[in-house]
Amino acid sequence: MAEFYMPDFSLIPPEVLLALSALFILMEGSFVKKMSFRRSVHYGLVALGLALFYLIFQNEAGQSWVTFEGQIKQDDFIFFAKVLILLGSIGTLAMSVPSMMKENLTSFEYTPLVLLATLGMLLMVEANDFIILFVGMEMQGLSLYVLAALHRDHPRVSEAALKYFILGAFATGLFLYGISLMYGFTGATNFDIVASVIRAESVNDLSLSLFVGLIFIMAALAFKVSAVPFHMWTPDVYQGCPTPITAFIGGVPKVAAMVVFLRLMVSPFLVLYGEWQSLVVFISAASMIVGAFAALGQTDLKRLLAYSAIGQMGYVLMGIASGNDEGIQSVFVYLTIYLVMFIGTFACLLSLKGKTPEGVQEMEDLRGISLLHPRLSFVLAVFMFSMAGIPPLAGFFAKLYVFKAAISAGLFYLAIIGGLTSVVASYYYLKIVKVMYFDALPAVPSASHGQLLVLSSEIMVVLNVCAAIILIFFLFPNGVLELAQRAALALPI
Amino acid sequence: MIISLDHYLIVAALLFAIGSIGIFLNRRNVIVILMSIELILLAVNINFVAFSQYLGDLVGQVFSLFVLTVAAAEAAIGLAILVVYFRNRGAISVGEAPLMKG
Repeated sequence: MAEFYMPDFSLIPPEVLLALSALFILMEGSFVKKMSFRRSVHYGLVALGLALFYLIFQNEAGQSWVTFEGQIKQDDFIFFAKVLILLGSIGTLAMSVPSMMKENLTSFEYTPLVLLATLGMLLMVEANDFIILFVGMEMQGLSLYVLAALHRDHPRVSEAALKYFILGAFATGLFLYGISLMYGFTGATNFDIVASVIRAESVNDLSLSLFVGLIFIMAALAFKVSAVPFHMWTPDVYQGCPTPITAFIGGVPKVAAMVVFLRLMVSPFLVLYGEWQSLVVFISAASMIVGAFAALGQTDLKRLLAYSAIGQMGYVLMGIASGNDEGIQSVFVYLTIYLVMFIGTFACLLSLKGKTPEGVQEMEDLRGISLLHPRLSFVLAVFMFSMAGIPPLAGFFAKLYVFKAAISAGLFYLAIIGGLTSVVASYYYLKIVKVMYFDALPAVPSASHGQLLVLSSEIMVVLNVCAAIILIFFLFPNGVLELAQRAALALPI
Repeated sequence: MIISLDHYLIVAALLFAIGSIGIFLNRRNVIVILMSIELILLAVNINFVAFSQYLGDLVGQVFSLFVLTVAAAEAAIGLAILVVYFRNRGAISVGEAPLMKG
């Protein structure tokens, strides 16, 4: 007679809270009339904040537990990833309010979708089983497709959403096919069992189906993190979606997918290091090169940021390719700083009105705004310098740790490619600074050129916090470094 | 003739290939792309059930139920996005001039 155990729900209140509050906002919005957009966003922020609060206070350094029959796991590695995801979601949700109102995207469904996507990302990173990983990935994927299509009356938005959906669904198919081959080889979907079976079998010859499965899984994850050669959707989706939604789609989900990538590579597939390393090196180098060169000719800001994100993901993959403790640590430091820079940059774009109803689109929209808004352009310049990797800003340290990890793993060529491409990439980052500071205001400025939106206090908080982190990271790097180190130690490397 | 695991895997691989080709070589209609995605997910299901039977382990069949459920949700969202696209563009052919390039 099989026995049944009640799974320990006391370990996952953040997830339960997010699910319940998403449902609550949906119910209230549907049945209680006149739920204002701002109010639904505030509910969402409270829910995310409580989840983060509980997560931090329940966690003890160095502890690790599994629940739901070994399907959900938490250790320092997963804890760090969950904190990043929740903080990123709070930042993006808070700063989106004014521009969502301006674009008349005030449907209350926005907040539940963000909450469900966040829940999906939490499930993705804490999964210890391919089933949970798949369900979490789909949960965030499906919410993001709907978010991308939220602006229903705009042809460009629906084209971007359709592209995002088709390529995302195809990536899901690749991922599942890879998992099915992996399951056929190991007879299990649990990461621990998969790891032990692969380790036991690696004494003999490993079958071809295992490698094919590994390649399919890696291709699907490369789609999700928009690494070359699976990056085609990124520029179109970034450009097409409304800016506040681009800020969500491009920021947190990529961090979550990258953490999953890292976790799969160094936990169940660690034995296959020799096989996957060359592939990761290739996609890392290709992403850095494409990210640097394809962005040079762009005039659309969001398209430029899309290529920049592709390049940044290349640097993170360099940390994964090195596959040692130092590499894992550098991946976490890079992802933290990348998330802050990304959210900060979008907070700057979201505070300006721009020519069209869609807000700031072209680089021209930033012409000479340093004369009108010295503080805002200074902050945006800080983020650009940081992305270019200029010391003493945080972006420099992110790149430094990744290069150090690559060199300690003997990947000299990769580090050299990274150094060269970051020189090329700094051209377009500095071009934005040049447009803001050294170009004159347009002779016949349109009425809204350089005008600020009516800023809510939320966006100011996000902007100032992000800028402060980037500016003073070099004084207090220890907090992030220690968390990253503990995360690296939680894995069996 | 005995149907072995290999036969199932070959059928699944063929379905997967047909689905992938349908996505990338299709020049006519976006609906065909949605059908191709369904085909890929069904290929995965055949794999899972065949492996499950072969290994004598139920997890594969449980997984295939999850895949079916998600495939239904995905089809619903895909068709909804397609309806929005059609309302804005008045056509659903793949060859339409894209609005964004570069």
